[in-house]
Amino acid sequence: MTNSIGELEKDSRCIFVIGSNPTDNHPVIGMKIKKNVLYNGAKLIVADARYTDLASIADVYLPHLPGSDVALLNAMMNVIIAEGLADQAFIEENTEGYEEMAKVVSSYTPEYAETITGVPADDIRKAARLYAQSGPAAICYAMGLTQHSTGTDNVKSVCNLAMLTGNLGRPGTGVDPLRGQNNVQGACDMGGLPNVYTGYQAVTNEAARAKFEEAWQVKLPDQNGLTLTETINKAHHGDIKALFVLGENPMMSDPDLHHVEAALKHLDFLVVEDIFLTETAQLADVVLPGACFAEKDGTFSNTERRVQRVRKAASAPGQARPDWEILCDLATRMGYPMSYASSEEIFKEITSLTPSYAGMTYARLEGKGLQWPCPTIEHPGTPYLHKDGKFSRGKGAFSAIEYKPPFELPDEEYPIVLTTGRSLFHYHTGTMTRRCQALDEHVPEAKLEVHPELADKLSIIEGERVRLSTRRGSIEITAHVTERIVPNVVFMPFHFTEAAANWLTQSDLLDPVAKIPEYKVSAARIEKL
Amino acid sequence: MIRLTINGREVEAPRGSTLLQACQLNGIEIPTLCYDPDLRLAGSCRMCIVECKNRPLFLASCVAPAEEGMVIETHSDQIMQARRVILELLAARHDFSCQTCDKNGDCTFQDYCYEYGIKESSFEDGGRRIYTVDDPNPFLERDYNKCIMCTRCVRACEEITVARAINVENRGHHSKIAVAFDGYLEDSPCVFCGQCVMVCPTGALTSKVSAGQGRAFEVDRVLTTCTYCGTGCTLELNVKDDRVVGVSSNREEEWSPVNKGALCVKGRFGWDFINSPDRLTTPLIKENGEFREASWDEALDLVAQRLQEVKDQHGPDSLAMFTSARVTNEENYLAQKFTRAVLGTNNVDHCARL
Repeated sequence: MTNSIGELEKDSRCIFVIGSNPTDNHPVIGMKIKKNVLYNGAKLIVADARYTDLASIADVYLPHLPGSDVALLNAMMNVIIAEGLADQAFIEENTEGYEEMAKVVSSYTPEYAETITGVPADDIRKAARLYAQSGPAAICYAMGLTQHSTGTDNVKSVCNLAMLTGNLGRPGTGVDPLRGQNNVQGACDMGGLPNVYTGYQAVTNEAARAKFEEAWQVKLPDQNGLTLTETINKAHHGDIKALFVLGENPMMSDPDLHHVEAALKHLDFLVVEDIFLTETAQLADVVLPGACFAEKDGTFSNTERRVQRVRKAASAPGQARPDWEILCDLATRMGYPMSYASSEEIFKEITSLTPSYAGMTYARLEGKGLQWPCPTIEHPGTPYLHKDGKFSRGKGAFSAIEYKPPFELPDEEYPIVLTTGRSLFHYHTGTMTRRCQALDEHVPEAKLEVHPELADKLSIIEGERVRLSTRRGSIEITAHVTERIVPNVVFMPFHFTEAAANWLTQSDLLDPVAKIPEYKVSAARIEKL
Repeated sequence: MIRLTINGREVEAPRGSTLLQACQLNGIEIPTLCYDPDLRLAGSCRMCIVECKNRPLFLASCVAPAEEGMVIETHSDQIMQARRVILELLAARHDFSCQTCDKNGDCTFQDYCYEYGIKESSFEDGGRRIYTVDDPNPFLERDYNKCIMCTRCVRACEEITVARAINVENRGHHSKIAVAFDGYLEDSPCVFCGQCVMVCPTGALTSKVSAGQGRAFEVDRVLTTCTYCGTGCTLELNVKDDRVVGVSSNREEEWSPVNKGALCVKGRFGWDFINSPDRLTTPLIKENGEFREASWDEALDLVAQRLQEVKDQHGPDSLAMFTSARVTNEENYLAQKFTRAVLGTNNVDHCARL
């Protein structure tokens, strides 16, 4: 997030939620947004194919079809420019590339966008005016915006919208991705990515590489590595021979599980370190037992860049050990001695090599934690980025983006759009929440959300078991008939191994930049059993 | 600032303070039940009453504005006697089954009954109303035989979670907290966040997941960060005999900057995977398609040897690491260091893009 969670509760006067269902997936953030809207008069715009809890209290609800985000956002910008609602001073002072962007969006009239998005043109106008005129305005998005073959375009489009209206660099504004995992921000910050070391220092940058070579006393590779999705593909082709999976479950979370399974089985060697024998671990040659979050010390970085302490509360079961100890032992056995007395000692090494974390210590993280960038020991941390429109790259860059349809559109054979996501009562691949007694008792199975019109057409009733198929395969699932979704789209959660959504999703076409799969749009078919 | 006299001492308080705030600022403790600093004022339980010179009635300090020149007594004999009557009135509908109550030792109502010497109520004419305890949801127990109608749960549901699932049903002696039509929570807008459990000053609302596993005086509370989504809520793991038996909230902003103690259903009730019998407890090596248990030495030697063999035969870029959005920063740092420095490749990624 460019800004902080607390601002959504009080500072934002307008919140635009697109491709995000916070009351289910970031419930405490959802609570703050509801509070701001219902008791504090903030305006709310929700764009989602599902009529979410937030949609039900929105000033404007835009039920746009999955994959039509760029068309919707361009049309909103079209209205803002046409009606003179853009923040010209902000644009002139702080940005570049406006003309090219404006030229592209000029053809996206709300009427044209209506034909792509399914959203009435007047509602697009209403949303555009509300966002542009009720500032400070924040945009919240999540995987509903990013898990598309145009995910990068979608994110650039929301950035365009924020810059066009000067909604950056002040409390209550911002472009706020709500990140889905406790430490996905931290895993990125720590260089758990194929192209960067900690703090986003590029592996291809010679100075950065020299710094890490000096610190680690070893020669380092100078080419970008493979992304996760590319790694699976390369394993399938036989180019990747051995894979170490630390606390991930690609056999549930990755697209097209047939493809993932074939790829993992094709490896010469697979080692999985986890707290349970996950679907992925079952395919491993060696499984290593890790300690869970309650059994070790360390830090997590949340979606607002806040680094907070994790503290050991109990011993790990049996011989399970913290992952950092296991990694040290393994490195040492492979001829690279690695040894730390504590997680704090590792953190000191991190801060010595990472400018945005340089001012942090465990002592300073007690209590409220610190939000990066925190470059010096006196620095109080940074609640919001781009203060006064000053961007880290210099001028904020507008991108001129044309709408591209999703990879797999419905056709005669597969006439419905399947979109996937999470539910309030379970988490990601279900590894943990399916083993929580109360959560699994309350929601024991996956349900396919089907609009009554579609259910009527297919003669499906509430609670009926149906077969859901895509070009990848099919599963059996229970139908839940609900008006909270647009008619030709069906939704299912991906937590349940008995009916795993990712047997159905495709891995053929990824976003060309982020390599993110298009989980949110698959052409599907429903049949009665 | 205004000046007033509390218990014979001249004190100052910011203009606009309530009497309760003025007392708290000056280190004078006032008992409260319905008052909650994060919720709108109810002024209903009357435990916080104080005496004010030249005022005929006691003032509920949580809602009474502090005024210049007031002369206040907070613990006079009359006030203490009045509080005893108030506690007896509340106790008339309270089931004192403290021995078996999960809130035993962590119950504000119990504390005050102890402090003010209330063992029973003389207002129990005709007996207490008995409520059935039968909400089938798996998360929270609602035992309205212990409820004292402070309405903190109603206000927390409305103001913190904004679910608005519960309210007061009926009036007077018949009043009760209920969802619409006095049904079950799961048929209401309840999202099972347990904010009501967090604010309840009695044992009326407790966690079913933690039931019977440890009372407040038996557990250590370890402050940590939630393991589920990216919001980064602070929570306290309750630990008894080296075992996590529950989750509680720390509501101080200084220690809970993101959520001020508020949690969701997963954070508050989704902790028991930690103790699951399915947890991996030993390294496993697959032989002939079956896993067998192995020692750490054997397993790590095998992993080191196999990774080295692949690296030697096919080069470092034939190896890859998936690190994790679930593990700590320190572990992610070491995972990418291990991949780059030991395996010799930049093939490290995690599920950020999934």
